[in-house]
Amino acid sequence: MAVCEDKEQDPRIRRIASSIRVVPDFPKKGIMFQDITTLLLDPKAFKDTADLFVERYTGKGISVVAGVEARGFIFGPPIALAIGAKFIPLRKPRKLPGEVISENYVLEYGTDCLQMHVGAVQPGERALVVDDLIATGGTLCAAISLLERAGAEVVECACVIELPELKGREKLNGKPLYILMESH
Amino acid sequence: MMASEGGEDHRLPRIASAIRVIPDFPKPGIMFQDITTLLLDPKAFRDTIDMFVERYRDQEITIIAGVEARGFIFGPPIALAIGAKFVPMRKPKKLPGEVISEEYSLEYGTDRMEMHVGAVQPGDRALVIDDLIATGGTLSAAIRLLERVGAEVVECACVIELPELKGRERLGGTPLFVLVKAA
Repeated sequence: MAVCEDKEQDPRIRRIASSIRVVPDFPKKGIMFQDITTLLLDPKAFKDTADLFVERYTGKGISVVAGVEARGFIFGPPIALAIGAKFIPLRKPRKLPGEVISENYVLEYGTDCLQMHVGAVQPGERALVVDDLIATGGTLCAAISLLERAGAEVVECACVIELPELKGREKLNGKPLYILMESH
Repeated sequence: MMASEGGEDHRLPRIASAIRVIPDFPKPGIMFQDITTLLLDPKAFRDTIDMFVERYRDQEITIIAGVEARGFIFGPPIALAIGAKFVPMRKPKKLPGEVISEEYSLEYGTDRMEMHVGAVQPGDRALVIDDLIATGGTLSAAIRLLERVGAEVVECACVIELPELKGRERLGGTPLFVLVKAA
């Protein structure tokens, strides 16, 4: 796991990076899966992860933290709670009750869909999108679209891990991406 | 929505009123208790977490097990506040690596819940967290998984209980703590 250059100085990042487990051939052969569940088993590493995001986003006028189902539900709420923002779950189809808006996105084979509640976000709100990892950027791109369609300003996307070779960063409609570490 | 065991706590009315009821979801006749509106009220969400943290911070809890997916929203903030590990309890084929699984009943058919091998050690003191208890099927599967690896399940904690569905009686003697009860 490569620690990003400008974060070399932060001593917390090394512990966080080493707590992440790589599981080969999941969900299929050839994929080296970045498993954050082992980070969640290290209370100090998990706290440090949350703190790094909170330190970055406190005092920036962010009123919405949108987390992508399901691992974005783990990292998003602690940030939202600490900075006093709303937490908005972005979900797979048919999970959210009531009125939703939907955005389709492309998978390796086929398409999928992300949904957000109508009325969760007001025009002009400043939002973050949070997920554990960015790969191709398809999911985050759909998340950004949902928030922008509702009139929010997406300030940044925040992930623990980036897989830079998959170039997801280029799919974010020009939105900045903040990550703690890269994996090659 | 009635207030609950925390009875006198001044934070409960705001928490209870922040929960939205959606009729006929996921199917006709079900009054769905939607906690997403609670998450849109930062004070109510903060108060919800605080009430659980206050209850558990001195109980030497080492594991918070959160049931996918809404247990992932409430469990981690509690775990972070009390210094416990967070263990996600997931639908099949989501967790990479070696898992143990437990079957449980649905209204029609069954489902499976999985937990990572090695996440929990014998003697760990665990809480199970979910947003709501209905029939108790999901929570009892979570309890069984934790007990199979030698953990002590100290309590189950939910924001909402549907008492008429008697889930409380299906937890094998494990205590249940909830903030609000809904008819």
